[in-house]
Parts: sequence; structure tokens; C-alpha cells
Amino acid sequence: MMARTLTCREALSEAFVQGFEKDPTLFMMGCGVPDPKGIFGTTLEVTKRFAPERVFDIPLAENGIAGFAVGAAIAGMHPVVVHQRSDFLLLAMDQIINHAAKWKYMSGGQLPVPLVIRSIVGRGWGQAAQHSQNLHALFAHIPGLYVVLPSDAYDAKGLMLTSLKVKAPVIFIEHRWIHEMTGEVPEGPYEIPFGQAGIKRQGSDITIVAVSHMVSDALKAAALLEKEGLSAEVCDLRTLVPLDWETVCASVKKTGRLIVADTGWRSFGASAEIAAGVYEKVGTCLKAPVRRIALPDAPTPCSSALEKMYYPGVDHIVAAARDLVRTGKAQHASAKPHVPSASAPEKFLGPF
Amino acid sequence: MTQNPLPSKEILLELYRRMLLIREVEEKIVQVYPQQEIRCPTHLSIGQEAAASGVTTALRRDDYVFGTHRCHSHYLAKGGDLKQMFSELYGRANGCAKGKGGSMHLVDPSQGMMGSSAIVGGTIPLAAGAALAAKMQGTDRVAVAFFGDGATEEGVFHESLNFAALKKLPVIFVCENNFFATHTPLSARQVIASIADHGKIYGVPGAAVEGVNVIDVYQTAAEMVARARTGGGPSILECRAYRWKEHVGHNYDFHLGYRTKEELDAWINRCPVCFIEKLFLEKKLVSENELGGIRASIRGAIDDAIAFAKASPFPEPEDMMTEIY
Repeated sequence: MMARTLTCREALSEAFVQGFEKDPTLFMMGCGVPDPKGIFGTTLEVTKRFAPERVFDIPLAENGIAGFAVGAAIAGMHPVVVHQRSDFLLLAMDQIINHAAKWKYMSGGQLPVPLVIRSIVGRGWGQAAQHSQNLHALFAHIPGLYVVLPSDAYDAKGLMLTSLKVKAPVIFIEHRWIHEMTGEVPEGPYEIPFGQAGIKRQGSDITIVAVSHMVSDALKAAALLEKEGLSAEVCDLRTLVPLDWETVCASVKKTGRLIVADTGWRSFGASAEIAAGVYEKVGTCLKAPVRRIALPDAPTPCSSALEKMYYPGVDHIVAAARDLVRTGKAQHASAKPHVPSASAPEKFLGPF
Repeated sequence: MTQNPLPSKEILLELYRRMLLIREVEEKIVQVYPQQEIRCPTHLSIGQEAAASGVTTALRRDDYVFGTHRCHSHYLAKGGDLKQMFSELYGRANGCAKGKGGSMHLVDPSQGMMGSSAIVGGTIPLAAGAALAAKMQGTDRVAVAFFGDGATEEGVFHESLNFAALKKLPVIFVCENNFFATHTPLSARQVIASIADHGKIYGVPGAAVEGVNVIDVYQTAAEMVARARTGGGPSILECRAYRWKEHVGHNYDFHLGYRTKEELDAWINRCPVCFIEKLFLEKKLVSENELGGIRASIRGAIDDAIAFAKASPFPEPEDMMTEIY
């Protein structure tokens, strides 16, 4: 299969077109989906090909829309609902959690809900507290929802094509900063199974389990650590639900050290679940306590002076790795404001 | 009130059968509920049988119906299996939801009964979505959302009316207005004169009928269904009827003081089942013997269904973790 270099948003766009060509039950609705900007360019092509019958705009009624999607799904369609920010999903929690996640179970398996809910996480340029939330742990807590977090172009296409086939609700979370990232993407359709983490870099001294945009930070950190003689393995979970414990635990057994790099908040989040699961399953293999890199427990600040301290990044992963390998100590620096380390990709300037 | 001539005897008998089935099932539950073997919150439809019976008689088997926490009437009227219903109430593995749903989540997709939500207003957008699917698939199926008066205060009700009007969806929004959200009267919650008026602002035509007159319900619903089926878009139908029993459970509750026995008695005097029985006898359409035969056959089926449920196995422990994804 021919591979080209595509941006992540181009890869997603291609997934929609290929999915829609194959499955006539797929349709897409969301505020701004067919507009001239096409959800950061991800829906321009599918709009050109399939609007207005199968791609259309909708009123601003997030909870209702989630319900329309559930109703359409159990009546034989496969809706894709799009939200320009994950924060807007919070208006739809009743229909997502009380209905989409439970309709199959409550109907004794008779009425599955094939449904993809795409949402985009903002970061930088002062997105502030309601345009930047990483809510994957919240959804992962709810039985009945798959939670998918691609970190690069190849995975974005493969995971989306799987999401378009799975007969269950999928919360598909795209970090805005991965949209412009480029990678090799095969031309034809392919699927990446859920629950299959990707070892994005092999290593022997330390395991870095990461999700979403933190995977690229983890890879940069691993490259820096290599220069210091530390070999870090980067495990991209790809899907938080289902979670590939087998791959995570095999890596931890090999390295004996674990850093979890999450895009979400520190407390009660994905990093806590992964740390707990590793302790339960292979805790005796750990040579040092698990270290977490996550957001401080504060809403996202707007001011660039605060924003750049808010997000942990490459430097924090590197520092944590050094601590773990050289001293075996786990510190709690990431619970406090960070030293500036993250810088936005050049393309993310205002207006954004 | 519609001024149409009476429906055919066949239709009248069908309306009666559905209402009587609901009434007899609910009265049987009143009898057996104290045995503590139906171990789930159970909301009875006694007094409200006409809405479900009238509306579903205007539907085809392949049309969609969505219910509420008070869904026995919707399920039974749409043709849901009686044995599977009692098995579900008794928590058995062969219940209509394999024992995972219970009284508030009756479902039978083979009859177009697409499930019921215990979240007020929860299935209103689902019905709109099913109607959207029907339209996209090029079928002439119609979807119905049943909901109570309380649901008309929820955001999804208004979101669904707007969307259904915008997309001209084949959906009928059926409000069973029993004047109470649990114990809170409608007058403490809304100033609007008629629930059906909520449709006006969204361009959804509506009608309010006495929900104790099943013929009125049926004839009004039939017009709305015909309109929806031929591309005319959504409608809202308000059926005013009274919940005789307590909000949840098998007892009367006028002792609580939120409503009076006199108010209840006035509604019992307008019993929707008696209404049609009286009509049959007055017009000499159906004899007392014939009515007795229908009643006996329904009672026999209910007894059989309860015996079937009680003899059925409970789910196995491993069933808990299946059918989640």
C-alpha cells in the first residue's frame, strides 16, 4: 500500500471519505461540519462528497444531538457527531452517559449504539478554562463507552476507521496540536484494533506510558534521554478504553520503571488509573515508585504567563526519568506549577 | 374533540383489547407486588391506558415507540410480549431485557418498542433520531415519543421539537399529561395553558385531547401519523389523564395530601376502560358476554405469564459483564 506524508487532519479527512464510501449508514452532523473551515479542515472533503444528505449542520443543542444520534443508531444508522471543543460535550452528558452508554445493556444486548462522538481539545493562544479540557478520564470512567485518543497521523486514520465500524459508542478525542503533525499514512483503508497500545519507541531502562499529545512529548524526551545514556520505551495507549494492560505490563516488567504522561488533570485521572493498575498487576517488578506527569489541579488559565507553566512537557518527562533511574526517587513536582517548557507549534498563532 | 364518525368495530375492539390488557396487567401487579418478588421500582399506568392504546393503534408494527419510566402501557400497547415482560419484572434471564432493565426499561425491538428511559425526557430525542433514520433510509416509518408533563420542562424536549420541525421528521411527540411530576403539580411548574402549545414557537402543530377518551386519542393520533408518514413533519399530542395510583408502587396516595380523594374519585368516574365498555353496550356493538370473553382470555394470559416468569431461571453471574460494549 502506498504511503504518503499527511497531516493528521488530512489523515482523518481521508478516513471519513473511505468510511463513508464503504458504509451507507454512516452520516455526520455537528455545528460547523459543512462550513467553509470544515472543522479545521477535517470535514471539507466528506462535505464535498456527501453533503447535504449524509453530512449536515445542526442546531446548537448538544444534549439533543447526542440523543438524536442514539435514536438514529438504534434504528440502523451509524452517526458521527462532531464538537469543535470537548468542553461542549459537557452539555450532552445525560444523553451520552445515561443513554448512549447504557442502551445496549438495558435492552439485554438487543439495541447496540454504533456512534462516534468526535471532540477536539484546544491548547494555547489563551484558550482558557472552557476551550481546553481533557475529559478522557471522565468518559473512561463510564462502562459502555470506548475512549480513543490518537497521537499521530497514522493512528488517527486507523483508529477512526475502526471507530466507524465498531457497533458501540466511541468518544474520539483529537488534541488540536496533533492536527498539524505529519506522518506516513497509507493510501488505502486500514484499521487499528481498539485495546492495542503502540510501542512508539523501544527502550530498556524506563517505560513512558502516554496518551494523545503527550506521546510526542514523550518521544522527544526519549530522544534527549538517549543522549544521556538512558533508554526509554514509549507506549502510546491509543485507546484508554479498552486499555491494553498486557503491553503496558510487559514493558514495565522489562524496564522496572514507569512514568505516566497524561494530557489530563493529575487527581483521579487516567494517570492514577494506570499507576494503580500497574501496581496491582506487576507492582513487584517496579524498581522505583511510579511517576506521573499530568496537569496541575486547576482550570486552564488564559494568560500566556500562566499558561506556559500550566502544561508539563518534554523537560518534565526528562527530569522525572533522570530522578527515577539515577536516584530511584519519585518527586511530586508536577503537582505544583511547572517551569516553562512547552512551546506551541509555530502554526498555532492567533486567531486560533 | 374530533367530530369524526366512530372508527370501525374492529378498531374499537383493538383499542379496547389494548386498554384492558394494560389495566389487567397493572391490577395484577397491584395484587402480587406486596409479595416482594417484583424487586424493582414499578410505575403503574392505571387511569392512563388510553394514550398508549389510542396512539399505538394508529401505528404499524414497524413504527417506533419510545417509553418512559412508566412504560408498561407503551410496551403492552405496541405488542410487547407478555411473558417476557413478567420475566423482566421478576428479574429473570428470559425477560425482555434479560433481567438487566426491569420495569422502567421495557423493550421489544421486534415490535418497534425501542426502549424506555428512567431519565425524564430521555427518550424524546431518541424518537427524533429514529425518525431521522427512517427518513434517511427512505422508509415511511413513523416514530413516537411518549413522555409526561414534567418532560416538557426539560431542554431536550425543546431541542427535539426544533430539530424535528427543521428536518420535517416523521415523529409524534405524545405527552401524557397527568398533572403531576411525582408530587409537584403542573401549576407549580409552568404557566402555559396547554402542553400542546409548546409546539407553536417551533412550528410543530399540536392538539390536546381528553386522555380518557381513547377514540379521540386514536383519531387525533391517526391524523398526525398520516401526516408524518407522508412527509408532513412532526406533531405534538397532549393526552390529559390521571394517574390513579401513587407515583411509584401499587398503593393509592391521597393520604399524602398533595391531591384529594375527591379529585381522584372524579377521575375514577371517568375511567377510560369503562368509557369504551359503556359505548359498546349502549350502541349494542359488543355484547356483555363478548366483553367477558375478552377479559377472561386476557386474565388467563396474565396468569400464564406470571407462572412462566416465576418458573424461569435468574441470570447467571457471568451475565453481569456481557452486552456492555
